[in-house]
Amino acid sequence: MVSPDKSSTDEFIKGLWKENPVFVQVLGMCPVLAVSNTALNALAMGLATAFVLIMSNIVVSSLRSFIPKQVRIATYILIIATFVTVVDYVIQAVSLDLYKALGAFISLIVVNCLILGRAEAFASKNTVARSIMDGLGMGIGFAFALFCLGAVREILGAGSLFDVQLFHDSFQDWVVMILPSGGFFTLAGWLLLFNWLKQRKDKREQMDKSATLTLSKETA
Amino acid sequence: MSRTELASRPAPPSIWHMYRAMVGVGVFCGLLIVTVFQVTRPVIERNKAEALQKAIFHVLPNASTSTTYRLDESGGFKVLEGEGVGEQLVYAGYDDTQELVGLAVEAQGMGYQDVIVLIYGYSFAEQAITGIQVLESKETPGLGDKIETDPDFLQNFERLDVSLRDDLSEIANPIVPVKHGEKTNPWEVDGITGATISSVAIADILNRSAQYWVPRIRNNLSDFQGHFQVGE
Amino acid sequence: MASESLWTIFINASLVNNFVLAYFLGICPFLGVSSKLETATRMGGAVTFVMLVSSICAFGIQLLLVAIDAPYLKLISFIAVIASTVQLVEMFIKKVSPALFRALGIFLPLITTNCAILGLALFQTNKGYNFVQCIVYALGAGAGFTLALVLMAGLREKLELAEVPDVTKGTAMAIMIAGLLSVTFMGFGGLGG
Repeated sequence: MVSPDKSSTDEFIKGLWKENPVFVQVLGMCPVLAVSNTALNALAMGLATAFVLIMSNIVVSSLRSFIPKQVRIATYILIIATFVTVVDYVIQAVSLDLYKALGAFISLIVVNCLILGRAEAFASKNTVARSIMDGLGMGIGFAFALFCLGAVREILGAGSLFDVQLFHDSFQDWVVMILPSGGFFTLAGWLLLFNWLKQRKDKREQMDKSATLTLSKETA
Repeated sequence: MSRTELASRPAPPSIWHMYRAMVGVGVFCGLLIVTVFQVTRPVIERNKAEALQKAIFHVLPNASTSTTYRLDESGGFKVLEGEGVGEQLVYAGYDDTQELVGLAVEAQGMGYQDVIVLIYGYSFAEQAITGIQVLESKETPGLGDKIETDPDFLQNFERLDVSLRDDLSEIANPIVPVKHGEKTNPWEVDGITGATISSVAIADILNRSAQYWVPRIRNNLSDFQGHFQVGE
Repeated sequence: MASESLWTIFINASLVNNFVLAYFLGICPFLGVSSKLETATRMGGAVTFVMLVSSICAFGIQLLLVAIDAPYLKLISFIAVIASTVQLVEMFIKKVSPALFRALGIFLPLITTNCAILGLALFQTNKGYNFVQCIVYALGAGAGFTLALVLMAGLREKLELAEVPDVTKGTAMAIMIAGLLSVTFMGFGGLGG
């Protein structure tokens, strides 16, 4: 869907909040929740996913006239898998500790519905420049959402952020936050928040609409 | 449909186009992966070797260099040449005077949540395990993961007796886990209250590994280079 | 080579480290399918079958890759195999039981991007399981997935009739229930040791 009236910056911004992949579209959470139990791990996974998203958007967009419709899904998956393999080796080379913490979940980025979704819905139909913007926006939005998850889990579950102790020793860690159940609860918490904000906005829009209606009725 | 409409419809892609796309993308991807692989491989190998060295020197405190040995088919030990994939390995630690201070061995087994991988140091002079380091563990944070941090628990492994019977056939007293505070013998592992299963797992892993390796090591002492003392 | 017994592997994969409730794998179909008990059981069965076949194929591929020293092709080959397996399973079910095929409908292709299947292949490779261990692992993972799915479906069916705050309707509620299920499954810890 090419939107000629949307500037490039609009494509970038939409991924950050309005169409945030995790909170609004509830996309692509599977692989990342398991390793989002600390802020660092979550951020690393988010950035790795963003990298794959941006790179695959670029490649898919540049080759969009070259790839026939019939084989597009297969080629997209091939491209995404390639970049995921690249990220896997890069992380291994940069930090063995981080790699041990994230493990096989890095490779699972390849089945993240978000990346394939953006390739299919956007990159295959837009220019490289816009696809980069879209990838950047969605990717950073995703990383940001993951960071929120990881930060909450680490702060409550271990009393620290990026391994820096925040609370006094007497703080009783909510260990459950570090465990998988904590991941579910934290995600549910964030979704609740977003649902509530959305409901408030919808209600306000409705009130505004009925207000303008009554106004127009009066003036008519 | 009018002729112009027919003509303006895009022609269906030929087999050639599909083939070209898949192969083209395939070649591009292949090149990218192989390049990154070749570039990162030496860095990764170096990182892994460094991490292993650090672990070895942690469990063999006086060692400053190490040589890797593999268990060969005849039951003896040979210096490892090459990669050593799938081989059973032990790491000999030497101090500054080239004295063999002990061997480091990797072992693994099921913990509470998932498999625990650890490395421990065996000292000839003491005839005991003199240090352990947990390499991989998914034990419950705050509970099971105390096996890595609890000082009382770690004290177990400053001198965990694994001396052999007189005929050098097997360990005289297998390593057994006991409840916290009930340790009376040097071959017992004092557990952690609240992390029973994890502590029992550690004792189990060490026991099974020591039962396997210590007799083999002691019966093939001459295979190891360097001078060393053996305790009674 | 892994040292765990077959029983330990099975219990570990199905209960202690349940793929859905401990590893968060397979959430998409989990949330999408799990609102009706009947579809849940069917989906679980299909996933188990695909897991079994994929596990065997992944084992074979890993052997091949080690032989030709091309470990970097692991991810791509796994995905290709899983996608093909799902296609084959779909055709197989269509032939053998058209009724079942109609019932499963859209879900079968969804299994392709099911993180659980790829996760299974990757985990078993990392753990270095031999052939029999792989099979048991796949069966355990499938059983665990089905169990989680069925429990979830049952709970959600009941929840349809209950009054819940508007804010929680939909995905948020499903995820909270999943969280509670995850906590209960923690009680299985230590069972496999």
